[in-house]
Amino acid sequence: MPRIFRTLALAMLVLAGSLSAGAADNDREQMRGLDEQVQEVKSDVLGISAELSRLEEKLLYPSNTQVAVFIALAAGDPMRLDAVQIQIDGQLVAHYIYSFKELDALRKGGVQRIYAGNVTTGEHKIEVSLNGKLEGGGDYSQAGSFAFQKGIEPKLVGLTLAGPGSGRPAIEIGDW
Amino acid sequence: MTRRAPARLLVLGLAASLAAAPASGSDLRDLYFGEALFHANQGLYFDALQRLDTELAQHHGLDEPQYDSLHFHIGAAEFDVGDFELNYRMHHRAGRAIRAVLEGNVEESVRNEAAYRLARIHFQKDQPEDALHALSRIQGEVPEKIRDDLEFLRANVYMALGRPHDAVEVLSKLQRADSLAGFAAYNLGVALLQDGQTLEAIEQLDRAGQVTSGERGAVAIRDKANLILGTMLFESAEYERAYQSLDRVRLEGPFSNQALLRAGWAEVSAGNYERALVPWNILAKREMTDAAVQEALLAAPFAYGKLEVHGRAALMYGQALEAYTHELDRVDASIDSIRKGNFLKALIREEIRQDEDWVIRLRELPETPETYYLMALLASHDFQTALSNYLDLEDLRKRLESWKTSFDSFEDIIEVRRQNYEPLLPDVDADFRELDSQIKLRMEQREHLDRRLQGMLTAPRPEYLATADERIISERLDDLEEKLADSANPAEQALRARIAHLRGALTWRLRTEYHERLTEAHEHLAGLNTVIGAMTERYQSLVRTRQAATHSYVGYDVQITQLRRRVGEAQERVNRLMARQGHLLETVAINELKARRERLDAYQAKARYAVADSYDRAARLQADARPDAGQGSVQTGDQNASDDVQPGGVSQ
Repeated sequence: MPRIFRTLALAMLVLAGSLSAGAADNDREQMRGLDEQVQEVKSDVLGISAELSRLEEKLLYPSNTQVAVFIALAAGDPMRLDAVQIQIDGQLVAHYIYSFKELDALRKGGVQRIYAGNVTTGEHKIEVSLNGKLEGGGDYSQAGSFAFQKGIEPKLVGLTLAGPGSGRPAIEIGDW
Repeated sequence: MTRRAPARLLVLGLAASLAAAPASGSDLRDLYFGEALFHANQGLYFDALQRLDTELAQHHGLDEPQYDSLHFHIGAAEFDVGDFELNYRMHHRAGRAIRAVLEGNVEESVRNEAAYRLARIHFQKDQPEDALHALSRIQGEVPEKIRDDLEFLRANVYMALGRPHDAVEVLSKLQRADSLAGFAAYNLGVALLQDGQTLEAIEQLDRAGQVTSGERGAVAIRDKANLILGTMLFESAEYERAYQSLDRVRLEGPFSNQALLRAGWAEVSAGNYERALVPWNILAKREMTDAAVQEALLAAPFAYGKLEVHGRAALMYGQALEAYTHELDRVDASIDSIRKGNFLKALIREEIRQDEDWVIRLRELPETPETYYLMALLASHDFQTALSNYLDLEDLRKRLESWKTSFDSFEDIIEVRRQNYEPLLPDVDADFRELDSQIKLRMEQREHLDRRLQGMLTAPRPEYLATADERIISERLDDLEEKLADSANPAEQALRARIAHLRGALTWRLRTEYHERLTEAHEHLAGLNTVIGAMTERYQSLVRTRQAATHSYVGYDVQITQLRRRVGEAQERVNRLMARQGHLLETVAINELKARRERLDAYQAKARYAVADSYDRAARLQADARPDAGQGSVQTGDQNASDDVQPGGVSQ
């Protein structure tokens, strides 16, 4: 009997997942063929998506009026960002609440395009407020107001947010 | 076991190394590159690829890409696009960008990193020969951050090529690499095993089974090392050591069910039936869809039988019989429900997929028999691939559907703009033409002045700088001179002298003040330039606004029509592929469930027989225990008949 068990135990490892080998081979062959076609259609749809986003940008955000606002977190900052609110020239343009996944993506160096819109050329005011939690669990709220100049080219406004321990301003504006 | 294990562990190892390369945002110079990372960090590879593809195409299309902000990240971007393509399961495309880096004029360390990444892609594409070829291009300085990963990949490639001896050599040097804790140790054990060095393999797996790490992947691979080691020791009849190794597998890990099952068998093999009951009783209370749990339901009463607790064994066989019958009903319900198409509908339920533990949630949903066995199905690599493709296709289908409605919105916007601008533009254009001719005239005047002043720098013309009063005076002097030209009257001659004197004074002033006036004239021209600059800017702004008005509704028809057609065609292809992929997914699921059903059938038959047998034995024992039992009793059954119902006879 022990010999049977030994055979059994090893068989469990060797044969795991290969119970119906004949049918599985046929399925696998079909899957491979389908997989190639899926890759092709992905490539096509990516191409359509790129062209569509160019069309969208041209139609909705022409470069002479385009403004885009981006959010980044200061590197290594433990502050937990919960929400960000943005006003341009007194108009609320974005109010975003972050999921865990999004926060994690920001912490890993990702940059979120929080708003894309249109403004006239000239000087404008952007007001930013953030809400979050500190490492110890305390509430953290900050607000800042900045001026920016819109020219005839697309305007990209980058905002870097930081907690009190980072040694950086809570809200920093950068030009790109 | 040894043939299949490496393929799985390699994937695990690579997944760990791919995930271990977060992008740094501290010195980010290109926001759109950062946006691609933001999507990728969330696993949204379609969006990440779309963003990065666009950025790279724009960058490479520039005459002077060194002035583009992506230039600062171009190496990382080319590498990342390959990673994103791999993660999005676009193996055919993956590697193109990296090949471009390899062929470009880059530093040695960058070229070596590119070769490493290309090798990694080939390896993931199941092309180990090409991977080795890419690795052979690495020469000279290798960036420190990839040194260990590179060697780990090299070892994996050797193993995939059936060169375990070479893999052993490479892996032996990686045992102190912290980033590969667990993986390098486990792979070395498997490589030694493949190389025929069984004793060394056992020792190595023993070490791999005791690696201390808090990393999720490393802990999982440690469990796996213990599971395989336990099985090998069991095969070598070293039951006590086998049990110890299996006992190290965490109770809550993905390998715990198999470990508990095998730990029980190790005890049984050593004759420790009572100790076998400990893992099996734990296992018997777990999720019934798991194959190990199903086997434990037979294994536990088998051990009781061996302990001669036949009453308890009979009771447990009865419970097992009931459980198998119930489970068979569930398998039948699952197959039936899958055939009705419910399986595919359940898989794409949006609210379920929001959750990290969506597979478990699906199983827990009431009235969804189609998903009871999803966890078990997901253990199959083929099923995982088919499922991933199906979910990707569903994502594409949704995108295409939403884009289709975007076209209608775009056309609405264009129409509104057309209705707004078309009546306004004729008047605007008329005003603009008038203004334009005035501007042109003034510009010509300015050009004339400029030319004249430039000429005066080489050929002085003081009269050009006379003021209006001076010009009037000069003209009056000319008139007076003309009137007095023929007069011989002395009084008038005196007047002529005065006129000459006045002209002399005027000429004196013009000549002595010439340089001052010329400077002043240049200053005025410069002042005029400022005004003209402002006017030109406004003029260009007006031209741009006028163009923007036209561009806001003209010239989109062809593009939208073409895109609409492409979206429609893609939709058809996606729907067709989804139907085929879905059908295949259902087939794979049903085949797997049928195999489960066969096994459950066999378990049920064994349990049915074992119930009766155990009751017989219990009854005989009771009879033997009676004071008068010794006299006249007849031994009718085979003492070891219960061996026939041990689950090993029907197990996988």
